[in-house]
Amino acid sequence: MTHAHADHDHDHGSDLSPVEARVRALESLLVEKGYVDPAALDALVEMYETRIGPHLGARVVARAWVDPAFRARLLADATPTIAELDIGGRGGEHMVAVENTPEVHNLVVCTLCSCYPWPVLGLPPVWYKAPPYRARAVIDPRGVLAEFGVSLPETTRITVWDSTAETRFMVLPMRPAGTEGFSEAALAALVTRDAMIGTGLPRAVPVLAPEMPA
Amino acid sequence: MTGPEPEKNFAAPWEAQVFALVVSLQDSGLFTWGEWAERLGAAIRPAGSAERPADYGHWLATLEGILAERAVADGASVAARTEAWLRASRATPHGEPIRLENDPHYRA
Repeated sequence: MTHAHADHDHDHGSDLSPVEARVRALESLLVEKGYVDPAALDALVEMYETRIGPHLGARVVARAWVDPAFRARLLADATPTIAELDIGGRGGEHMVAVENTPEVHNLVVCTLCSCYPWPVLGLPPVWYKAPPYRARAVIDPRGVLAEFGVSLPETTRITVWDSTAETRFMVLPMRPAGTEGFSEAALAALVTRDAMIGTGLPRAVPVLAPEMPA
Repeated sequence: MTGPEPEKNFAAPWEAQVFALVVSLQDSGLFTWGEWAERLGAAIRPAGSAERPADYGHWLATLEGILAERAVADGASVAARTEAWLRASRATPHGEPIRLENDPHYRA
């Protein structure tokens, strides 16, 4: 709906697209009526543009890899356990962490729309919100994983979790081999967004040397 | 479906604005996330045609629907205000901030 519009009118004035004008219309009406505060809107954009993202979920995963008690708490009751790292809030009120093992690989989707664990992963990628992923993750998870370059042993079962507005899932991936002695920060650097959705695996090749300071 | 390359959260500033409006209105209790997901889920499943992406264009349409239904902003006011912004845009020299006051029909 946001077609790049033709370059008419450039000589005469500015170029607000119809969708931009509609959004400005809603915002200005809502501000006038006191429903929203422009400063709060700016703060929200800044927060989700710069501060909230998969680096937070990566910290949760890395902690679970090095601390078995934390891992057990995370799998038993994710929301308060994630909050131990000062991570949480909007969109993560009811988090569930599901653990990958050699026997089971977990894949997260929202078949209804685009429910996603914002506090640990930020906002969802475009493909997560698109009909092909929403539909095929359930019908053909192995095919979807193949498109993402993930091939699992035939003996590994795939479990698909459907996130909702109420319950949002994150995957606890398996710790890569050869990372013994890695610091938490070095481990976190191996954890990708897709690894926590289940459409990817952690990076196998360390991007940080284990002796890098945290 | 595309690969795992990093993507920006918002493809354009208006997407970020729509996101912030929806989050802010949910924060203030105009609707719950459950209601939002249900409405967005319906908006991306138009009768008789294929499912659509749950993108910010559909967030915008969903938000407009809820605001009209709750008598916060009806369709006619939104349409009139949209036209005012378009007139303001055309009346604003390129590169300068577009203000509603720049609309030749503007009355404070």
